[in-house]
Amino acid sequence: MYNVDLIIIGAGPAGMSAARRAAELGISVLILDEQPVAGGQIYRNVDRASAVRSDILGKEYTHGLALTKGLHHDNITLLKGAVVWQIEEGTRVAFTQNGTGALAVGKRILLATGALERPMPLSGWTLPGVMTAGAAQILLKQSGIACQGAVLVGSGPLLYLIATQMVRAGVPPLALIETQTTRDLLRSMRHLGGALRGWPYLVKGLRMLWELRRAGIPRHVGATGITIEGDQAAQAISFYIGKSAHRIECDTVLLHHGVIPNTQAARSIDIPHLWDAAQNCFVPECDAWGRSAVATVFIAGDGAGIGGAKAAAFAGEIAALEIAHDLEGISRPDRDAAARKLRKHLAIECAARPFIDAAYPPYAGAIAPQDATIICRCEEVTAGDIRRFAGLGCLGPNQAKAFGRSGMGPCQGRYCGLSVSQILATANNISLDDTGYYRIRPPLKPVTMGELAAMAASEINEVKE
Amino acid sequence: MKTDSPFREIDPQSDHVLVRFEEEDLMLPLGENLAGALLVAGVMPFRHTPVSGAPRGPFCMMGACYDCLVLIDGMTVQACMLQVAEGMKVGMPSADRVHDV
Repeated sequence: MYNVDLIIIGAGPAGMSAARRAAELGISVLILDEQPVAGGQIYRNVDRASAVRSDILGKEYTHGLALTKGLHHDNITLLKGAVVWQIEEGTRVAFTQNGTGALAVGKRILLATGALERPMPLSGWTLPGVMTAGAAQILLKQSGIACQGAVLVGSGPLLYLIATQMVRAGVPPLALIETQTTRDLLRSMRHLGGALRGWPYLVKGLRMLWELRRAGIPRHVGATGITIEGDQAAQAISFYIGKSAHRIECDTVLLHHGVIPNTQAARSIDIPHLWDAAQNCFVPECDAWGRSAVATVFIAGDGAGIGGAKAAAFAGEIAALEIAHDLEGISRPDRDAAARKLRKHLAIECAARPFIDAAYPPYAGAIAPQDATIICRCEEVTAGDIRRFAGLGCLGPNQAKAFGRSGMGPCQGRYCGLSVSQILATANNISLDDTGYYRIRPPLKPVTMGELAAMAASEINEVKE
Repeated sequence: MKTDSPFREIDPQSDHVLVRFEEEDLMLPLGENLAGALLVAGVMPFRHTPVSGAPRGPFCMMGACYDCLVLIDGMTVQACMLQVAEGMKVGMPSADRVHDV
């Protein structure tokens, strides 16, 4: 059993920066991360990436090296390949590592669980060969695997980033099918003034678009009616631009229309969440330090609301200051002085966000999918099924489970939860806050009887000793 | 099951070792991500769903979607959360086993 001041779940930018700051203030830290190397999804495998890979992925990626280096501190214990499956009493964390269950107790817990791709249910999105754009980037970062002849579909800066990385890797995408419209762009213009404070992001965006243009990658903007065709695997994608129909043959389709907070861990301990209309997702309720309604549990980074990697790192440090203050590792004036600087940086990082959110909204056709489209990938429940449940009096996602098993498969609603809430809210004409979300119960990830038995044996031995 | 893969290693770093997927012998890069290695080797699909028998392959590559489930040592596990080991025997989970995870 581990006994520490602070348990951090997730070794991405928020978790890593929080760990370092807390450690420097004399706090003992245990970081649990599912992956074999620290970095999170954004800096995945950064410690091991070759020069070739780093060139393709760019400086924004190798920036993560400073954070992984920061984990080398006497007060920090990093457990890799540690899968958390339960949080109790706001102080105890149960996890599995190397096939054995284990328990950690901390005075404070920081959830730094990051983001998930926003579910993008389209006709054919369950076919082999259809992946999230994030998955393609993970393949590149982690394994140096590039994908030839892919089509990128959706909206947002990540789509451009991955496209430019694919160009640099020598496997340019066949095309970008983009769902944002000119109207979205016009609507985003009122945020442009504020976004100028975050000008490096705007410059980066323009540079990526220029790079794609120079590489001759076709961009189909304002696409509607997107359908992925195929029987045993993806074979083609068809869509409309205005009234004209298009079709591109391809065996890989990469989907992305934004990311959303991964709230599974926070929801499992009943931390309240609210609907964020600007970001089109639920976010956990936290104070300015990241403290949740469970006073010993903090949330930082994209898991608390999407801000990106650099914002996550600042938010992690801010949470660490308050945690250290709770545990008498820093005085109030010192905490406030340090936080003031961090908040300034954080504000600049987040300045371009309202503009980006308005210019690249989620694809309407995936927010209100056609009846035949599968919503719950695990249990193969369609949008039409969910609407039919609503017609039978189903008001919320938890009832929908009883009506037709949506959200009850192995992914536990991670890739259907938001869609089910949105479809029910629309069908019943009630707000997202009133519709709510699946209740998440432990285990957060599957755990075997063997892993539990091994855990029991080691805990008993510890007591005997 | 095996197809011409659109996935390629751009900077191969690891030695390749023998791994069996169903009835097929594959040479996969030691220590690399199993789902990625299977994609490069042209394995698709990874499994069929228990509900309709539809084919599936990796979707999220970050341990969240559970679409890349494979069968190793009698356990249904996520291929994207594992590394290639020498002599690994990987199978497709039969439909009725998927809920046993």
